Amino acid sequence: MGVATLAVDVQARACITSSLGPQTDPRHVDIYRAIADPTRRAILDELVDRSGQSLFELCGRLTMKHGINSSRQAISQHLGVLEAVGLIRTRREGRSKLHWFEGAPLKAIRERWPVSTDGDTSYSTDEGIEE
Amino acid sequence: MRIHLTGVFVDDQRKALRFYTETLGFQVKHDIPLGEHAWITVVSAEAPDGTELLLEPAAHPAVGPYRAALVEDGIPCASFAVDDVEAEYERLVARGVRFVQPPTDLGTVVTAVFDDTCGNLIQIQEEKAQP
Repeated sequence: MGVATLAVDVQARACITSSLGPQTDPRHVDIYRAIADPTRRAILDELVDRSGQSLFELCGRLTMKHGINSSRQAISQHLGVLEAVGLIRTRREGRSKLHWFEGAPLKAIRERWPVSTDGDTSYSTDEGIEE
Repeated sequence: MRIHLTGVFVDDQRKALRFYTETLGFQVKHDIPLGEHAWITVVSAEAPDGTELLLEPAAHPAVGPYRAALVEDGIPCASFAVDDVEAEYERLVARGVRFVQPPTDLGTVVTAVFDDTCGNLIQIQEEKAQP
């Protein structure tokens, strides 16, 4: 019975993980995969809009402003991915766990593909790309 | 069927009664001694015959873990309607209330979340007029 219960648990976890797309186990994710997901980009947008949000506030913003109706559990997993690559950090304030955007890991992208300070700077944004 | 009573668990009933009346502005409806605790309900001054809010002792062992998990994720245990969240926010901050989420415009509603000093997060919500 113990083994059966464990199997169900593993299966349930696999379902949750696969619902977030392939290879989103926080232990194996890199920054490119972390920001490849539109929900995770929306999370970062909202944390830039206001630092120090709880899971509840983030879920409310994602639902009402982005039409993202993922469960709190799914959003919590997305936060785990972003935290694993250092794009967000968390801190306890009182008895609540709050989340902050941390831009430092994005430096790796700019250093890999430097942005010229003159010339054409018209880059594509999310608005121009349908996924 | 109507909702005539709902409740929040409070660490200290007397302290809670002061906060919910003196700070928030609700009115005492019942305050009936029951041994160690009391049956305390408050109502809105705007609707004295409306839904009562029970300030229930948090003595049951399940209450601690239940509330800790909600507060950790920033989830309020009750939501009160106000005409103007921003004005209510200013009024309560002036009275020393700590907000974990300042007024946030979510499109059809404006919400804010504060700490009731008795172990709970409470949301206030303003329905925006539809254009």
